[in-house]
Amino acid sequence: MTTATDVKAAETGTHKRRLMSNNDSMIFAGLVLFGILGPILFPNYTFQIAVLWLMVLFALTWDIMGGQMGYNSLGNIFFFGAGMYICAIVQVGLFTDVGAYTSVSGQGNFKFTPDQYYIGVAVGLVAAAIGSSLLAVALGWIVFGLRGPYFAIGTLGMALAAGELIGAWGWVGGGSGIPMPVYPGSGDGKSYFFYVLCFAAAIATFLFLKWLYSTQFGLAINAIRDDEGKAEAMGVHTLRHKTVAWAVSAFFLGIAGGLFGNMTGFIEPLEVAFPTITFGIFMVAMALLGGKGTIWGPVLGAILFHIVKEVTWTYFLGWQWVALGVIIIINIIYFQQGIVGWLQEKYPGWFGIEVDERARAEAPAKGAAQ
Amino acid sequence: MRHFTKWSLAAAATVAMMGTSQIAYAAADCKELILGSAISFTGKYSTNGIHAKRGYDIAVKKINETGGVKIGANCYKFSIKYYDDESTPARTAQLLERLIKQDSVKYFLGPYSSATTKAAAPVIEKYKIPMVEAEGASRSLFNKGYRYLFAVLSTSEQYLASSIALAAEIAKKNGKKPGDVKVAMAFEQDPFSLDVRAGVVDDIKKYGLKIVIDDKLPRDLSDMSATLTKVKALKPDLLLISGHSKGAVTAARQIKELNIKTPMIAITHCESGKIVSKFGASTNGFLCPTQWAETLSYKGEAFGSAADYDKLFKATYDGYKTVPYQAAQASAAVLVWKDAFERAGSLDTEKVRDAIAATNMKTFYGGIKFAPAGNNIAKPMVLRQIQNGEYKVVAPAKWASSKIEHPRMVK
Amino acid sequence: MLDNLNLLVFAPYLGVQLLLDGIFIGAIFALAAYGLALVWGVMNVKNLSQGEFVIMGGYFAWYMSTYGIHPMYALPVAIIGMFGFGWVVYKTIISRVVEKDMFTSLLATFGLAIVIQQGLNLAFGPEVQVAESGFPTHTVPIWGGEITIAEIRFYSFLICCVLAGGVVTFMKKSRMGQAIRATAQDVRAAKVMGIDTEKVFAFTYALNAAICGAAGVLISMIWVIQPFYGITHSIRSFVIVTAAGFGNLAGVLMASFGLGVAEQYGGFIFGAELQQATVVGMLLLVLIWRQIQMNRLRQAVQ
Repeated sequence: MTTATDVKAAETGTHKRRLMSNNDSMIFAGLVLFGILGPILFPNYTFQIAVLWLMVLFALTWDIMGGQMGYNSLGNIFFFGAGMYICAIVQVGLFTDVGAYTSVSGQGNFKFTPDQYYIGVAVGLVAAAIGSSLLAVALGWIVFGLRGPYFAIGTLGMALAAGELIGAWGWVGGGSGIPMPVYPGSGDGKSYFFYVLCFAAAIATFLFLKWLYSTQFGLAINAIRDDEGKAEAMGVHTLRHKTVAWAVSAFFLGIAGGLFGNMTGFIEPLEVAFPTITFGIFMVAMALLGGKGTIWGPVLGAILFHIVKEVTWTYFLGWQWVALGVIIIINIIYFQQGIVGWLQEKYPGWFGIEVDERARAEAPAKGAAQ
Repeated sequence: MRHFTKWSLAAAATVAMMGTSQIAYAAADCKELILGSAISFTGKYSTNGIHAKRGYDIAVKKINETGGVKIGANCYKFSIKYYDDESTPARTAQLLERLIKQDSVKYFLGPYSSATTKAAAPVIEKYKIPMVEAEGASRSLFNKGYRYLFAVLSTSEQYLASSIALAAEIAKKNGKKPGDVKVAMAFEQDPFSLDVRAGVVDDIKKYGLKIVIDDKLPRDLSDMSATLTKVKALKPDLLLISGHSKGAVTAARQIKELNIKTPMIAITHCESGKIVSKFGASTNGFLCPTQWAETLSYKGEAFGSAADYDKLFKATYDGYKTVPYQAAQASAAVLVWKDAFERAGSLDTEKVRDAIAATNMKTFYGGIKFAPAGNNIAKPMVLRQIQNGEYKVVAPAKWASSKIEHPRMVK
Repeated sequence: MLDNLNLLVFAPYLGVQLLLDGIFIGAIFALAAYGLALVWGVMNVKNLSQGEFVIMGGYFAWYMSTYGIHPMYALPVAIIGMFGFGWVVYKTIISRVVEKDMFTSLLATFGLAIVIQQGLNLAFGPEVQVAESGFPTHTVPIWGGEITIAEIRFYSFLICCVLAGGVVTFMKKSRMGQAIRATAQDVRAAKVMGIDTEKVFAFTYALNAAICGAAGVLISMIWVIQPFYGITHSIRSFVIVTAAGFGNLAGVLMASFGLGVAEQYGGFIFGAELQQATVVGMLLLVLIWRQIQMNRLRQAVQ
């Protein structure tokens, strides 16, 4: 038993916490390069690559809670939808009456000038980010008392309820949704505009989290994951840390929601804003596929997942969901730690982790069971 | 089901061939002309998504069998590239981008439902690519000045309008004041049904009737007994329900089970929900608005009369007692494309768009002529009543083949 | 909303109707929920494909009714068929996630749920289906004959009672039932005592699927089924089990009836659009209440 804890201590203790190792910066540079060259080399895939960046953002933000802090939320999609609606309301509400704009008879007849459009998007995204974070703080008081499966089910319920309630709220169009303001430029112009924003949002999320995990805050939330009671006893203010972590993930998800609503052009509560059983579960599946609790895992998972999904959606028409379900099952059964987790286990040197080989040899099974 | 698999295999095969731009199965002398559509194979709209897809497929097959499309001196055969939009507007927008940018599709057929069409319209407008849609009836699609969106079906406020007019008329005949006519409404929380509701509310105001229940039904609807219990208590004279196929099925089952005695009940999507074959005699007397009926005297090229289409459709696909209008209007949309291509004599999207805008044709589905906003103004909606298990047209008077039974028979 | 409350006050028989409908449907919820409580309690698996098992059971009834066989006969067929299906699922998937953390089982069964949904969609098409029992509806001859009881709802209530009774007797009397209860208490101890826990797990999971299948047969005769309708049934089961805790049938029953009645009243008072939100809202309330309770417990320990 003691040897197993030694391994763990060795792993975390000797983990060199630099912001980025050489390997990391190389991969990161490649990613940025792809982000910049992607739409230039494959202009026809701009929209899909933009969605890919959002997927990366989804997986990364889920991992703050699920991977680093050990709180598996099934309801993070709530902040995506909240951001989408906050952004839409701000974009419309700055210039015209929301109730009239969203009413069934007058749906979206107001014409926005280009200035109004850009101001609306800018203010809307900021409001979405801040609004979502505030919601996270408020809801944190309620759900953070829940542990384990109850936390997962509670957050799932929260997201489902939000969709139903927005659907019953006439002022924001209820079930008939909101047609978003129309982009004033050309078709390709819109794709590039939102591509740049999605790319920037994903990269900003990545860098921010990378930095965050290297601070004491990162250590604290890892401590909460490993043993919340002990962390509390050591003087970590757990509720405050949990709330901040959730607010961070809500901040970026809110932006993602605002962007996605504008890209889609028409938002509606149940299928677009709070798609609990599609995007809501995808973000979990992506983080697990890549390896939760690592910074690169969610990124890798999101990229692989998105590619597999787009390919099956094209070539296995009708079978795409079956393929997806099978992938999730296989992933869960055989690749518990995800791809990066598996690599970390196999080649710890790549990740700058120095392992006490003697202790490791004595307790190989325990390490694998992690 | 078998056909669905077959066609999706064919579609998959086409997709596989796309890269090398080879024609997969078209005849040797005709080139392939690809129409694109993202439509619901899975999710809440899939029942009607499949009906619509069958409508598209049967029209494509018919046109290809009878000489294809003649554009100038060239002969073309239609084929349709499908994607599954999973009944969500978010997916529709993505898939249309993909069809336009990656698959280079330049001519579109619509998705199923107002919600997904609302997401599709801005995309095709953005890329200036024409779409003839057959399944998005919401009025808000036609007040935005879209130039590239055309719809062969009547808009949603007309669905239940004639049932309100009928109720007012009957009340007058019985010496009742319109203010005493009580109306109960239950509409699903989805863009289509809410749009129908808005039209109904306008009409109720116009005739001065009184709304006593105004419930909205949830998306995953499988129980509406709470609403129907209210109906029992308040005894309305007219009950209006709209919730796509599942709404029709749930309503029909529970109206029977809870012994609801409302004298007049109007429900949308009776045909596509196949409620007569499911519940038999208990559905007698329901009023069902329809975009199209096989008993109407419409006639046109390709399919012949409405009755001929009905026969062909039933022979091609198993399990239909009544052909849902969702399939018929989908077929009509394909006919519009053929007609417009031939008149334009060109593959240029702008020229074809103008040809579509100038459409004035007679089909088995009725007249098709587009208003500047893109909606079809040459075809009325009709109201049918289920009488002895048969759908009989009862309103408007011009098309009526039977008299309305009022109050409906309750055993 | 106030109008609706008024209605209830002035026409109390409506309340009785809602109560009856709620209890009848609650009995069916109880079946699926008890199955979930079993697998959760015995092997700590949170089965998100619970609703899909229910819908599968419904398709047994519907499929047989298309051949002119009365859907009631589907009951034994569905129970046996789903038992076999559950066993296969356990051997292929669940046995590999039993020992893992809770989130694993949640996600693995979610993947399974997707596969089942799409399998049903591919096999039977996405149409909304029903199985008709053909039983009449009766009017209760008081309060002006406004209260109706559909015979099928009453029979399905009885069937639920019989099935629940059967399962309880099985748990108490049979060797396997005792083994299951022993395993639920302590897996290791059960192993030490010579119980083949692997077999117990497989049996428990299969039993759960069979119970769900029976619930599905009844649902298809009362409500409607569609390949994608499973999720709401899953959520209901989770609400009930979360509220009642596992391992006590009485609690599960009370919570199920409570949920059935609450749904009816919620739909009546707040309008049908908030019927689903009522369910989810209750789940959140239950969770918060449990949290307060736990905090109190924690303080007591301190």
